[in-house]
Amino acid sequence: MASQGKAASGGNAGAAHTEVPSGGHGGGFPPFDKSTFASQLFWLAIAFVALYVIVSRIALPRVGGLIEARRDTIAKDLGDAQRLKDAADQELATYESELAAARAKAQAIGAEMRDKLQAQSDAERKSLEDRLAGKLAEAEKTIAATRQAAMGNVRTIAADAAAAIVQRLTGVAAEGGAVQAAVDAAIKGA
Amino acid sequence: MADPIHQFQINKIFTVGHIGGHEIAFTNSSAFMFAIVAIITLLMLGGSAARSVIPGRMQSLAELSYEFVSDTLRSSVGEEGMKFFPLVFTLFMFVLTANLIGIIPYTFTVTSHIIVTLALALTVFLTVLLYGLYKNGLKFFKLFVPHGIPIYILPLIVVIEVISFLSRPVSHSVRLFANMLAGHITLKVFASFVAGLGSFGALGWAGAVLPLAMTTALTALELLVAFLQAYVFTILTCIYLNDALHPGH
Repeated sequence: MASQGKAASGGNAGAAHTEVPSGGHGGGFPPFDKSTFASQLFWLAIAFVALYVIVSRIALPRVGGLIEARRDTIAKDLGDAQRLKDAADQELATYESELAAARAKAQAIGAEMRDKLQAQSDAERKSLEDRLAGKLAEAEKTIAATRQAAMGNVRTIAADAAAAIVQRLTGVAAEGGAVQAAVDAAIKGA
Repeated sequence: MADPIHQFQINKIFTVGHIGGHEIAFTNSSAFMFAIVAIITLLMLGGSAARSVIPGRMQSLAELSYEFVSDTLRSSVGEEGMKFFPLVFTLFMFVLTANLIGIIPYTFTVTSHIIVTLALALTVFLTVLLYGLYKNGLKFFKLFVPHGIPIYILPLIVVIEVISFLSRPVSHSVRLFANMLAGHITLKVFASFVAGLGSFGALGWAGAVLPLAMTTALTALELLVAFLQAYVFTILTCIYLNDALHPGH
């Protein structure tokens, strides 16, 4: 009721207010003009509550949901990327271990083959050397026999030559046994 | 024509009725309030319509507003403060949009009226008071009794704390109102110098360059003030809400 009295006393201001549209600024400082307070509060309440309802019921859940959805999408994409990377790493590790195994196997096969060939070639060389050694011994034996024979011939030739030389020089046929002994002595001495 | 107060005039468009002897009229102020609601609704709903992972401009703006307010609230109140997120967001967007619209020439600044800013500040004040009492019971009054104060000056401190608590809605509302009012008056005064000097012929035109440059610079400053005051209003709201949730500190 007190406010009603205030409104009545503010009638002048209200009257000035009604003149405003035609006469422009009608005296007094508008922000302190009490006659406009009720209208402003009334419409502010409606506008503010309407905005609050729109914001809290529709706008914020929607925008918040958007931000949430983006965060989820990014997290999911990052997770997918990580999973794919892990899988790729796994593949790479498998590939590398298989490669290492294959390489080891290849080396083993190579080493085995080399050893086998080595043994084979060693055996072949051995048999060849044995055969050659046998042939060499045989040849040496032949050579020794031949030399023996040759040496025998040399003695006979030397004795004959010595007997001939003695006969030419002395005119007397040398005794066979003495010449023979002399040649033997000379051969030995030489 | 150069009355710097004229821009704050409230013009009645039509009368709706009377409540308790007070005339309830739909005014230019009311129209701008609903324009603010419409703009925010358009921004938030239009911005979230595309629902794309890579946001467009509108969506970026909507998400930016959302994350700006939620980060502000979360950093000063913590995770449990998020129950007040709709209120804080509504306050911030309402004040910001009202301030920004007001910079456009020939518009009306809703927040340049003390009754509007007082109503918003009282909404925060009552929310803090009622929720604080509901959540903490009588422990809420520990807000007025800081820790580690010697007993002989405690009564004085409690009186000061109570006065400072009760004066919060005043400082909260007057800060926003006075900033908007003063900025708009200054802009109008400098702008009227331009028009005034311009009517003196060629010499006046040359002289009008300075206030025109001033007006341009002030408009940029007002843009900053419009955002800053909305932010200050919001951060103070967050700090007050923090008291309702954690009165012990």
